Amino acid sequence: MEDILAQAKRVAEEAEVFMVSSEETPVQFEANRLKRIQGKQSTNVALRIIREGRIGYASTTDLGDTLRLVNSAAETAQFGIQARFKLPQKTTYPQIDVFDPDTESIPIEKMIELGEGLIALITRHTPDIICEAMVSKDIISLRLMNSGGGEASYRKSIFSLSMWGSLIRGTDMLFVGESQSSCHPLTTPHEVAEVVIQQLELAKNRASVPSGHLPVVFTPRGVVSAIIPSLMMAFNGKIVLQGASPIGNKLGEQVFDQKLSLWDDPTIAYRPTSRPCDDEGVPSQRTPLIEGGAVASFLYDLQTAALAHTRSTGNGNRSGGLPTPSPTTLTIAPGKTTFDEMVGDIKEGLVIEQLMGAEQGNILGGDFSGNVLLGFKIESGKIVGRVKDTMVSGNVYQVLKEVAAIGSKPEWVGGFILTPPIYCSRLSVASK
Amino acid sequence: MTDIEAIGHQLADLVKRYSADYIEARLEQSQKSSITYRGRELESIGQTTAIGGNIRALLRGGWGFVSFNNLEGLPDKVELAVKQAKLVGREESKLAPVEPIVDTISTPHNPTTKSLAEKKQLLDEYNEIIWRTPKLQTSVIAYSDSHKRVIFLSSAGSYIVQERSDINLRLSAVAAEDGEVQQAGLSVGSAGDFKAISSLHQPVAEMARHAVELLSAPQVKGGEYTVVLDPVLAGVFAHEAFGHLSESDLVYENERLRQIMVLGKQFGSKELNIIDSAAVPGLRGSYKYDDEGVPATKTYLIREGKLVGRLHSRETAARMMEKPTGNARAINYRYPPIVRMTNTYIEPGEASFDDIIADIKEGVYAKNWFGGTTAMEMFTFSAGEAYMIRNGKVAEALRPVVLSGNVFTTLNNIDAIGNDLEMNQGGGCGKGMQMPLPVSNGSPHIRILKCLVGGR
Repeated sequence: MEDILAQAKRVAEEAEVFMVSSEETPVQFEANRLKRIQGKQSTNVALRIIREGRIGYASTTDLGDTLRLVNSAAETAQFGIQARFKLPQKTTYPQIDVFDPDTESIPIEKMIELGEGLIALITRHTPDIICEAMVSKDIISLRLMNSGGGEASYRKSIFSLSMWGSLIRGTDMLFVGESQSSCHPLTTPHEVAEVVIQQLELAKNRASVPSGHLPVVFTPRGVVSAIIPSLMMAFNGKIVLQGASPIGNKLGEQVFDQKLSLWDDPTIAYRPTSRPCDDEGVPSQRTPLIEGGAVASFLYDLQTAALAHTRSTGNGNRSGGLPTPSPTTLTIAPGKTTFDEMVGDIKEGLVIEQLMGAEQGNILGGDFSGNVLLGFKIESGKIVGRVKDTMVSGNVYQVLKEVAAIGSKPEWVGGFILTPPIYCSRLSVASK
Repeated sequence: MTDIEAIGHQLADLVKRYSADYIEARLEQSQKSSITYRGRELESIGQTTAIGGNIRALLRGGWGFVSFNNLEGLPDKVELAVKQAKLVGREESKLAPVEPIVDTISTPHNPTTKSLAEKKQLLDEYNEIIWRTPKLQTSVIAYSDSHKRVIFLSSAGSYIVQERSDINLRLSAVAAEDGEVQQAGLSVGSAGDFKAISSLHQPVAEMARHAVELLSAPQVKGGEYTVVLDPVLAGVFAHEAFGHLSESDLVYENERLRQIMVLGKQFGSKELNIIDSAAVPGLRGSYKYDDEGVPATKTYLIREGKLVGRLHSRETAARMMEKPTGNARAINYRYPPIVRMTNTYIEPGEASFDDIIADIKEGVYAKNWFGGTTAMEMFTFSAGEAYMIRNGKVAEALRPVVLSGNVFTTLNNIDAIGNDLEMNQGGGCGKGMQMPLPVSNGSPHIRILKCLVGGR
């Protein structure tokens, strides 16, 4: 890395080298059986330079070819955008624990056992279900250094357990599933199994809903599939800067229900999306996005922040290219109402666990519209069965302007967001 | 630069020396370039090179798979793959037999060697056109191209060197007025031929105008309609709703799904034919050999309304006692090949577009691709453009619509197939964390009765 930086400094005013190495071990199960074990080693080096004021970028997995990397970055800098930021200097970072040696040392045999244990629990409940499962560990080393003396490095461990089950009877198909991940190893399959078994229990009976407007309770997984994609675009500093975010000019304004608070916080220990600093070397911080219904701030990386005349929030993220603002570990503050109280309050309505295709509509404008992949009918305060051939549509800004209640029990969904259920009083439902 | 050819010959020798039922390896060297614009400005421009490989071993029905960038210590890597396979294997290995093949395939196009200046020039022209439209809030242009050289080799003696190129261009325009935000998009691509994306000035202008038009367009009232799909969206339907069900890795170990997808079953009218073919040359999903070294084929999935075929890897073909179709593909060396589509399309019929809409009193004309996902029997796909059909004529523009349904009833409800087949080369397909894989899909205009349309 030092070599690349030295070579780059010869052709550019500023330079930054970012290197990620990962050793990933996914153990995969198909059709209720162990199917495949993988071992994946990868290393990627990215070089960002500022040359004659413009940004150049190149990356490679071929560590033997650093000259080509430097030349390639220099070539792109001819056309690159004006750099408006300075690379961070040497600084101290908060101590955020994201590495657990127990994850690194967990043997493959133990991972196989965990997957088999999970499938055994599910098939004991529903013998004719077909499960796919994955147990995976990933050890990531990250290092960055820049010409301004900035330097950061840390290691992260990620352990995850996921399963998807399908139950087919005639031409009727039911899909269930859950995925959990953490920097710690999961030691038992019970938590994942519990979620899936609950889904299977509720789906035992069938029910149908009429087309029209109905109250809807989104479970934590339902919140993530319907509501979060739109919000994440709206709070992205880059979209705000372009004027394309519907809330971009509403900083401080009461746009959402006052019961609603949301923040981004990569300093929460042992979450897979947490870290001491972002991918540009900016220290991690907690950033409030919605505070009591008011728009509190947006997410920024260095360049976007400079263009917007503000400071980076430490949300510069790289996924195979230049850094761009993106959320890390999210939390929606819990409310006071239990899930059972929400359901008990509804005469006729829906519980939505999974909405399929919700992100395909005009999510920039906040619209979501999707098929209820997994959802349940509420009748007189009780869940009576699973609904099919039903579509739900709405607009995040209309739906969240006034929510009936926010749940008291938050859950981690997919390892990166902690959210309670959300109860909305009126949503458009179309069904066959 | 590292020479993968030399390493390939070394590996070819090495994989024969281990005791496994079968071992294969892929080595890959690739270049990519990408340019994106957000709004009036260029946002990022970058070039990437990659080198890497993998080893896949099969032992008593279990698979081990090791991928790497570091090309040193290959014997240890082969050994690890074999050891993993041994931990998994508990039955007999089954692979459909194929003849070992030694061949070298080159591509006529390498878009990564075209100068960045030339690419940028074209994108500047498109951005200029987009921004001539009033009421635009922002726009996105995302261009990427790639060229790769892949060596496939196996313990059975195959040694195939294959080059592939790909170009993908997505454009979208976002219009805003009075707090309303609407967008329209265009997605195109080619198997490396830059000319295929260099004369889109007209469609780009139309896209930008359409985004603005949507600001004043009404939302469709949710419910069941007779829906006419344009070739782009009907192609997405063929891919999403039906194509994924034809991927045998979903079917072969699932007894119930096997019963639903029984060959010979009637799924639609006699006019309905659906095909997947990597053997059609020059499209984004075209190739000569798949990532298991199996020659590409043209596979009828539905012929005259009947289910007659499905897509296979060597393993699924052997387990279902059918012929391999050459559909095992991996997005890159980091992943093992899985059963994927290539170029999927509905064959053209007799009807003209005017015939198709003539007797529709109230319906929806859905055009252009925005996205689609499927969960077996259920699918949703969204149209980038939509219009009401009133009394046999295309009427007012609508906000984008999302269509959803059950594939079995929907296929049966296709009651008219147009004569105007077009292939759509935009987008890419995702499955099992491997995305976007270059594919194409196509269709003539089709009409679907009683299709569920989401609205407010």
